[in-house]
Amino acid sequence: MAQMTMIQAITDALRTELRNDENVLVFGEDVGVNGGVFRATEGLQKEFGEERVFDTPLAESGIGGLAIGLSTQGYRPVPEIQFFGFVYEVMDSISGQIARLRYRTGGSYHAPITIRSPFGGGVHTPELHADSLEGLMAQQPGLKVVIPSSPYDAKGLLISAIRDNDPVIFLEHMKLYRSFRQEVPEEEYTIPLGKAEVKREGKDLSIITYGAMVHDSIKAAEALEKEGHSVEVIDLRTISPLDIETIVQSVEKTNRAIVVQEAQKQAGIAANVVAEINDRAILSLEAPVLRVTAPDTVYPFSQAEPVWLPSHKDIIETAKKVLEF
Amino acid sequence: MASKAKAAKFDAIKALESIEKKFEMVQVLNEKGEVVNDEMMPDLSDERLVELMSRMVYTRILDQRSISLNRQGRLGFYAPTAGQEASAIASHFAFEKEDFILPGYRDVPQIFWHGLPLHKAFLFSRGHFVGNQIPEGVNVLPPQIIIGAQYVQAAGVALGLKKRGEKAVAATYTGDGGSSQGDFYEGINFAGAFGAPAVFIVQNNQFAISTPREKQTAATTIAQKAVAAGIPGIVVDGMDPLAVYAAVREARERAINGGGPSLIETICYRYGPHTMAGDDPTRYRTSDTDNEWEKKDPIVRFRKYLEGKGLWNEEKENEIIEKAKEEIKQAIKQADDTPKQKVTDLISNMFEELPYNLQEQYEIYKEKESK
Repeated sequence: MAQMTMIQAITDALRTELRNDENVLVFGEDVGVNGGVFRATEGLQKEFGEERVFDTPLAESGIGGLAIGLSTQGYRPVPEIQFFGFVYEVMDSISGQIARLRYRTGGSYHAPITIRSPFGGGVHTPELHADSLEGLMAQQPGLKVVIPSSPYDAKGLLISAIRDNDPVIFLEHMKLYRSFRQEVPEEEYTIPLGKAEVKREGKDLSIITYGAMVHDSIKAAEALEKEGHSVEVIDLRTISPLDIETIVQSVEKTNRAIVVQEAQKQAGIAANVVAEINDRAILSLEAPVLRVTAPDTVYPFSQAEPVWLPSHKDIIETAKKVLEF
Repeated sequence: MASKAKAAKFDAIKALESIEKKFEMVQVLNEKGEVVNDEMMPDLSDERLVELMSRMVYTRILDQRSISLNRQGRLGFYAPTAGQEASAIASHFAFEKEDFILPGYRDVPQIFWHGLPLHKAFLFSRGHFVGNQIPEGVNVLPPQIIIGAQYVQAAGVALGLKKRGEKAVAATYTGDGGSSQGDFYEGINFAGAFGAPAVFIVQNNQFAISTPREKQTAATTIAQKAVAAGIPGIVVDGMDPLAVYAAVREARERAINGGGPSLIETICYRYGPHTMAGDDPTRYRTSDTDNEWEKKDPIVRFRKYLEGKGLWNEEKENEIIEKAKEEIKQAIKQADDTPKQKVTDLISNMFEELPYNLQEQYEIYKEKESK
């Protein structure tokens, strides 16, 4: 075991898979000799060579096309989109092409592609760096969307993502890259995609969340516990497909739930979680399922992040509404 | 008194003109079927010449029958190809089985000649997934509907071939309108930066639906866009099978020998509408223009050339026409006999392992289908 930050765990997962499978290729803007703008690919080109870890021209759509082309030749591409706000440039390659390859060719081809990309607020990035656009990806049939919240999860989920024979969008929250360390096994291990984890057990309320909001939710749960409320926190880890079983089991136990996301209310995936709970566990509910989200504006100018981003205080407030309904 | 303006040291117009001069159209056969350029004459045996002509005639019949079958409602989406036989078929003739073709929506003939069974091409037209199930060992993708996407993907295929050490190329096609897309530029630029073995073909048939080529760009040729990627570009008479073959073959040879990608613009014309989905070319084209291009017909000039060499006659041509008609009939029948698609088929084709939502929906539709 080693104490790792999430970024170190990601590098470790990439190294593990580059070693395991000679078809794994890591490429993107400045991921080679520079080791990535966040050092996620630090040292990998040196260890595995320019054939395996390489820089590309500055063009996201081209990177997506490169990935799909390489996958037709038996490679397992792990491209990086420098910031997920730049996904708009590569929407066709991802949603119009990569996600559809297996289906459109009736299984003749498939796309074992893992697209890594940082996102997320709280670190005062410039425009279109921090936007939470996972909702766009979650609406595309053919994709899986993974968002880890801890170093341990990041490593196990990334190894699973790379080994998956269908495309996976792996979104890395920038605020979590170096915010804390955790014990991470040095050997390889996997965490199944599509499986949530109960990060904190409780009896009175379920908080269903993902990404950086997992930590704010735990903080809120601890505060609520001091007031006598037992709160369960579920980290979805994969936001598409959802782990319905874990969500429903928790709601059937607590009878109350809120869904917490950093994205705007009209974005993200909270509405989908609410709908699934309504479909499957309405008879267990003692209160409506409420959402904690950002306001429906464009992502804030960096100085406005503290008043705009959902915080543990917002979570406590909404949790109380549901507890006192 | 104002001082006299200094004469410009740099003449930008002259610089542009000097670039444009390097992209003059090359030709081997003129409209009368005469060889006008011995130097560029490709090395093709009599047998291969006859095979090329046979494929072009076959493809013309395929177009005529496809239009007719579409009008009868026995085919769906169809983008006519008549007029483009030299551009499409002679270019494909320069590729080898191990080359990987990334076609656009009008490039069904190329993937057919590369090994896609005809009934699958018809199923593609109708909208059936079996049409896109490419047989093992046939290196093609289904026709690409998103104009430009095949270009960025070709860069990736070519890089893959290069990494694998294959002596093969990625070949892709777009139209004149497609050269305005970002993916067009990104594709050729990526392939250039990686020195990847790709052959990018622009079939300039003068119109993108109703928009004439002049409205796409102020550039006098599309081939000169290769300059922006730092790769070789060439303009060929796309109604001349020998010029198209020679240019593509040269690009392929260079690519497999580590020389990187090329951009080839073929100047051609589609006689029919853009697609069979209601496009009416009389709105934007005159019959004078149509007639002018019909004089350049690739089949007419190649027929004259081969007849001059004693390699072709009416009897041979009729034989091909009958063969084409018979095979088309059989292929349509095979397409008719293909089982209808079910939602459970579509679900099964989504992932290697179905996620929970699709597992649930699979059961729901399986139940519906069993009734």
